[in-house]
Amino acid sequence: MTAKTTISRGEFLKVSTAAGTGLALAFHLPLLDKLAAAQAPDSLKPNVWVSIDTSGTVAITMHRSELGQKVWTALPMIVAEELEADWSKVQVKQGDLDPAYGDQSTGGSASVRTTYDKLRRAGATAREMLITAAAQTWNVERSSCRAETGAVIHAPTSRKLTYGELVETAAGLPVPEEVPLKDPRDFKIIGKSLKSLNAASMVDGSAIYGYDFKLPGMLTAVVARCPVFGGKATSYDDSDARAVPGVRRVTQISSGVAVVADDTWAALQGRRALKVTWDEGPNADLSSEDISRTLKEAAQSPGTALRDDGDAQAALDGAAEKLTATYEVPYLDHAPMQPMSCTARVRNGTCEIWTSTQGPATAQAGAIEVTGLPTDAVKVHTLLMGGGFGRGHENDFVKDAVEVARGLDVPVKVIRTRDEDIQHGFYRPTNYHEVQGGLDQRGRPVGWSHRISSASDNVGLVTGGAAELPYAIPNIHVDYVMSDIPVPTGYWRSVANTQNAFVNECFIDELAAAAGKDPYEFRRELLQDHPRHLGVLDLAAEKASWGKRLPRGRHQGLAVHFSFSSYAAVVAEVSVDRQGGIKIHKMVCAIDCGTVINPDGVRSQVEGGITLALTAALYGAITLKDGRVQQSNFHNYKLLTMREMPVVETYIVPSTEPPTGVGEPPVPPTPPALVNAIYAATGKRIRRLPIDTGELQQG
Amino acid sequence: MDKISFSINGQRKSLELDPDTRLLWVIRDTLGLTGTKYSCGMSLCGTCTVHLDGEPIRSCATPVSAVAGREVTTIEGLSADLSHPLQRAWIEEEVSQCGYCTPGQIMLAAGLLAKKRKPSDEDIDNTMSRALCRCGTYQRIRRAVHRAAQEV
Repeated sequence: MTAKTTISRGEFLKVSTAAGTGLALAFHLPLLDKLAAAQAPDSLKPNVWVSIDTSGTVAITMHRSELGQKVWTALPMIVAEELEADWSKVQVKQGDLDPAYGDQSTGGSASVRTTYDKLRRAGATAREMLITAAAQTWNVERSSCRAETGAVIHAPTSRKLTYGELVETAAGLPVPEEVPLKDPRDFKIIGKSLKSLNAASMVDGSAIYGYDFKLPGMLTAVVARCPVFGGKATSYDDSDARAVPGVRRVTQISSGVAVVADDTWAALQGRRALKVTWDEGPNADLSSEDISRTLKEAAQSPGTALRDDGDAQAALDGAAEKLTATYEVPYLDHAPMQPMSCTARVRNGTCEIWTSTQGPATAQAGAIEVTGLPTDAVKVHTLLMGGGFGRGHENDFVKDAVEVARGLDVPVKVIRTRDEDIQHGFYRPTNYHEVQGGLDQRGRPVGWSHRISSASDNVGLVTGGAAELPYAIPNIHVDYVMSDIPVPTGYWRSVANTQNAFVNECFIDELAAAAGKDPYEFRRELLQDHPRHLGVLDLAAEKASWGKRLPRGRHQGLAVHFSFSSYAAVVAEVSVDRQGGIKIHKMVCAIDCGTVINPDGVRSQVEGGITLALTAALYGAITLKDGRVQQSNFHNYKLLTMREMPVVETYIVPSTEPPTGVGEPPVPPTPPALVNAIYAATGKRIRRLPIDTGELQQG
Repeated sequence: MDKISFSINGQRKSLELDPDTRLLWVIRDTLGLTGTKYSCGMSLCGTCTVHLDGEPIRSCATPVSAVAGREVTTIEGLSADLSHPLQRAWIEEEVSQCGYCTPGQIMLAAGLLAKKRKPSDEDIDNTMSRALCRCGTYQRIRRAVHRAAQEV
């Protein structure tokens, strides 16, 4: 029910988010008014996001998933700004899955930009009701009152009533449909680097993540899985497993064989003692070499066009100088520090889930798929996530837990160990690219042709960022082919922009070199119609002192890319020794993300996105042999360490445009900036990731 | 099953369990202290770091039998009230993003500061490179360690 009618005094819309009922909205009918009036309302709850009680505490519901991107603080900041809240009185509550909140999927760097208006209105609505309540209390003109930092002030007399003092009166008022929003020039909260509201719980160990969650009587389970994608258990011998003290049950589920125990150690020991016979299925000899060959073969056929300006082939044929290059990038695992987990309880025709997820609706859909229960019988509670990066959009780990829970009369938490998490992921797909570029006699690009050949058959993972080549090249052709490789793929922070920005920004750099031009100047000339691309490119180059003298042995490379409605440019500064060892000294990033909610939050996302991207460029590869993922833990799926971390500087372009994405945009330009810097240092072009330092050895 | 007695965060415990049980799971499951985390199970990442008689150890690799008669400190026991300089510095520097690696990072850093009152960047590299962070907060971890060192 989404009625938004204006109603008369005496009746009021009260939106309730009573946990567990799934009830979005409750009309209080005139018949019940007497009951309602008998107890004076102790809080103002004009919508699902804000609740203010008589102490003035402002409870704000955060309806997305907190993964470290700090929406826990940023989204409430938006509500609090319009509300004119006293920030010190704000408390944040996690919103569980409920249609009243609208879309709760957390990804695409979209939380702020898609909820900005809605959250502003939510806060403004409460503010307007409080002003009205104060004006009525004082019996003054509403226009002589203003809301300010948790109170309403009557300007002519300087009288003041705090929100806590006003909630009872305000709660009896109709909820206004249209409310004025603040002029951004008057913002006091938005645009400030306020401290994260959940930081204390992270440093004292009290924060509860999905992996930590407990319920009374809960059992813990781990699943033995076939190491080959698409394989199945044909039989198992659980006699030794069940003999492990604490093991309660062993049960086969769709994804493998689950060992259910009193605690984690017993479950792990039980799984170690379990003997499973696997039918490895049709993919048992799949290798990375096979996949690479398949992608290269597929690239020989015409693809589906994404862009077709002019006649790229003719332009290339007639070009004074023509370049070709092929690029290849591997599968990547997300590898958040917290492996996947889910707690589920199935009983009495209901299913309840507690999990770290980026997609509570997808989690619910997974539970429905397993149980066949109706939507309103499946509740999802979102827990703090120890890193998402896109992995949390999947519901495989939810289905596992619900399947195990179905056979039990107690809740069960299914956890994964690191090897499972790496070997049963939803990877950024491996992709192979063929690019051609042509220059005229003056070194201006006249044609560009790019074919993407992807191992994923989900176009959403393949094309983003490729056709959005911003450079003024008159003839551009971009197309793609997809192969159906039986390795699961999914959304990895910045998705298809990872491979397509790598290609775009490395190849434009090659064209610049062929034209004998500075890579920054070459790009500048071709971005004259793209002021926001130019804005970040210029800012990054300026702050990195591009073109100025660098310390001995240091070289720079740069890249610029638009993704998730934001613009980001990165300058990498590196040195490369004779053995090919790379030292990354500094990364300078300029980002234009429109209106900024929390500048320090933006800096954190830039630092994090760059770290993730550098890790991928230097080390990231999921490879297959005999149908098995060869990586299993951080010794062979390496993460960047403190020692290797460069200095990262972030520069935010001041903007009054609406807010746009922050979490993902810093990722795509980072690997090409690095690789372009390596070219500047060594004269060698890297066209395959992860970087093979053997290619950089001198002599 | 053996009876293993040890002290954790200043409290004596006497538990009947498989002596081979990794300390991490005794802390998290038996004792319900979930601040100490699992991430790799192979001593590669540091999220399981606790102190044994004041020294950082990897609880995922330590059988509980090894702590018999000794003192274990977890993140929950580092201070009663967020008063450890590293906890304050972590908050002031806005270090944590997802926060999952935070307890292990702080326990490892606390061990470093107990030995080196003013660690250099190289000291920090040498110790803290053994604690992984996927969210990329290393630059801020370094600042927080320096900041806490000023206070200690």
